[in-house]
Amino acid sequence: MASDHSPLAQFEIKRLVPMEIGGLDVSFTNSSLFMVIAIAAITLFLTWSMRSRSLVPGRMQSMAELSYEFIANMIKDNVGSEGRKYFPFIFSIFMFVLFCNLLGMIPYSFTVTSHIIVTFALAALVFLVVTIVAIVRHGFKFLGFFIPSGVPAILLVLLVPIEIISYFVRPVSLSVRLFANMLAGHTLMKVFGGFVIALGIFLGWLPLAFIVALTGLEFLVAFLQAYVFAILSCLYLNDALHLHH
Amino acid sequence: MPQLNIADFPPQLIWLAITFVVLYFLMAKVAVPGISDVLENRQNRITSDLEEAKRLSEEAEKARADYEEALAEARSQAHGIVSELKAQVAKEQETSKAELDAALAKKTKAAETSIREAKETALSHVREIAADTAKSAVAKLVALDISDKDVDAAVAASMKGEA
Repeated sequence: MASDHSPLAQFEIKRLVPMEIGGLDVSFTNSSLFMVIAIAAITLFLTWSMRSRSLVPGRMQSMAELSYEFIANMIKDNVGSEGRKYFPFIFSIFMFVLFCNLLGMIPYSFTVTSHIIVTFALAALVFLVVTIVAIVRHGFKFLGFFIPSGVPAILLVLLVPIEIISYFVRPVSLSVRLFANMLAGHTLMKVFGGFVIALGIFLGWLPLAFIVALTGLEFLVAFLQAYVFAILSCLYLNDALHLHH
Repeated sequence: MPQLNIADFPPQLIWLAITFVVLYFLMAKVAVPGISDVLENRQNRITSDLEEAKRLSEEAEKARADYEEALAEARSQAHGIVSELKAQVAKEQETSKAELDAALAKKTKAAETSIREAKETALSHVREIAADTAKSAVAKLVALDISDKDVDAAVAASMKGEA
């Protein structure tokens, strides 16, 4: 019972439909359920709102167009015209993270992005795509990316390993940032939710007011982290395409 | 911490892979082309509308220029007509003035002639009257019948003396 009310209980993976293929656990879990809900919601939002394809958009169509133009401008500003090819990828990343974050704000739901393995997998995907783009585009010249220009040779001995480490740390920092934000926000809400019960009717309204304010902040964080994830992906893509610091 | 339970990693990774690949294809093949089509149509519509507006404004500008040209032409035409009329009136005035002058001169001449004639007639009558008066005066004074010839001679002499 105690574990049920732990602030971390909300992050537990529950196998809704246990499955196993070749010894590998592929169970349909609560996390899987919310991933499916997220992609269904994204697709529904972007197709249902655009069904009238009207010249003067309504509210829902405006929102769909806004999300499209938001990412389109982000790519245009940070990557340039060459980035257009990668629009569906960056857009999918952004929408997936945004919807997973926002769905996690619904009480009793599950936050997919509060699991380091999920955020790390997404960050690693971005890292892999960006690195492959850089290698396909520049070949061996890509290695020049790790050698800062205009630096004395002696310093290079020190700087090149730092550059290499900072490059390979990218997926870690990208994933930990999103994971930590989600984890901290949801844990804090749960902790303060516990305080409301513990302090009872006389003092409980204090943490309750805090939760209300925190909920607003968490909606901001949900959007902001999706934005940060997408814009960093854009910046990495820009590095891969143009190879300059 | 449930996040660090390695046994939970495979199902999450597999479902993430499945859902993300599905999402990517849904976005790339359905959602994104749908939205970009609508945005492109709108952009095309705006561009064509702007072009139409530009064309219409050029047309209006041309119509205005035509109107102004016609107005200027009408104005210059009116000016021509006015100056022509003025010239004509001036010419007519001159002609009628000349005619009037000629008629007046003729009338003056005729009047002068008749005046001179009347003067001459009067002058000739003066002599007769003077002679008659002198004759009757003489007759009354001296009861003498003097011939007209003598009287005339005397009158003529006296007039000459006076003159």
